[in-house]
Amino acid sequence: MPVKVKVDRERCQGHARCAALAPELFTLDALGNAQETGDGTVPEGLVNKAYLAKANCPELAIAVEEGG
Amino acid sequence: MSTRPPVSDWASDFDHLDPRWIEDPYPIWEGLRSACPIAHTARYRGVYFPTRYEDVRAVAYDTEHFSSRRIIVRETPPPRIPAPPITSDPPAHRPAKNLLLPVFTPDAIKRHEPHARAICNELIDRFAGKGGCDAAVDYAQEIPARIIAHMLGLPDDEGDRFRRWIHEVLELGITEPAVLMRAMGETKTYFTAEIEKRRAAPSGDLISYLAHAEIDGQPLSEDHLVGTLRLLLFAGIDTTWSAIGASLWHLAQHAADRRRLVDEPELIPTAVEEFLRAYAPVTMGREVVKETSINGCPFKPGEMVLLSFPAANRDPAVFRDADRVVIDRAENRHAAFGLGIHRCIGSNLARMEITVALQEWLRRIPDFALAPAAVPWSEGTVRGPRKVPVRFG
Repeated sequence: MPVKVKVDRERCQGHARCAALAPELFTLDALGNAQETGDGTVPEGLVNKAYLAKANCPELAIAVEEGG
Repeated sequence: MSTRPPVSDWASDFDHLDPRWIEDPYPIWEGLRSACPIAHTARYRGVYFPTRYEDVRAVAYDTEHFSSRRIIVRETPPPRIPAPPITSDPPAHRPAKNLLLPVFTPDAIKRHEPHARAICNELIDRFAGKGGCDAAVDYAQEIPARIIAHMLGLPDDEGDRFRRWIHEVLELGITEPAVLMRAMGETKTYFTAEIEKRRAAPSGDLISYLAHAEIDGQPLSEDHLVGTLRLLLFAGIDTTWSAIGASLWHLAQHAADRRRLVDEPELIPTAVEEFLRAYAPVTMGREVVKETSINGCPFKPGEMVLLSFPAANRDPAVFRDADRVVIDRAENRHAAFGLGIHRCIGSNLARMEITVALQEWLRRIPDFALAPAAVPWSEGTVRGPRKVPVRFG
């Protein structure tokens, strides 16, 4: 089952840590707030980066879902 | 300058301008965190001081009970002087902030990186051959001042004047209302003239952008405009200056960390996050506007809260080895730029400036040490070393 990341857009305040640590998985909008890239599916080999981004989000806005 | 009686007890009578607090607040905060996690003082007309991350977070998120209309704890509250969006509460906050956000995204800031690198090297050229310098005065303070001046479209050689205003508003103004009001008047006159110039002849700078901006189809009021410009100038200078200065102060005393960053420059961005955590410069204020309680502690309307992101960042419940600087700390959800809707709008700019400042310094001056002289720290809202005398080969 694929691992997916999801940004809670209500919680995100644009610290942009996720996009700095895992630019493959997160995209910033014109205001600098984050969203998951595409449908959030984490390519193999980037799962650690997904968890790293989650652990560095000051707003606890990132969820990593496994085997959903 | 008023004289304040010495602190009798940190939990019930703290004073954030006490020389011991300014010199080294961390042991005081550590004691409070276990003994009395939300301290209080009757000084400054009543102030609460939470030291735990979760309590700082709870206050930062609760804009209903804790207003940003006053963000600096002063002896005498001055007439309310708005500086949107930092002094705004919902619902006015969002549109005021959204106006500024596009200018400060990581991509927008990246365009200023070559300029920042050039400034760093120009400064280093001046002292590289001299065997030593003051890393705070000759280096750290100049970098953010010149970059924000450039972004605003102001001359980049007026740093001394900008820093005097900041010192008067954020430090002297805590206890001297006349000094505060004079600086507010001077900055108003200064920015009003700059706005007029842009209205007559629009340019590509940030002042011109704001002078022509609209919220809900209306141009910004003169007070909004001047307040925002004052905020961008003030918040863009001594904060980052403090962070760069504290980072170099640390590296001047920790040879192993310094050598590792010289050998592994790719680690610098991770180390910058750790310096931001351990030496977070900014403490904000909030005004209690509705009675509430957090963690069992009642908050009375009319009093202030010192929202110490630096204390939150040292909470061992959230950060392992919280009092140790671990330059390769991988998990670091520090709160140096605040939490919630008031996340520092300049965080991407600050990160770029600190990273470039350390990269260029370490590339040009890999070996340096603190010279034996006093390191004075600023007081109040922004904590940073105001002199960092160093020697190098």
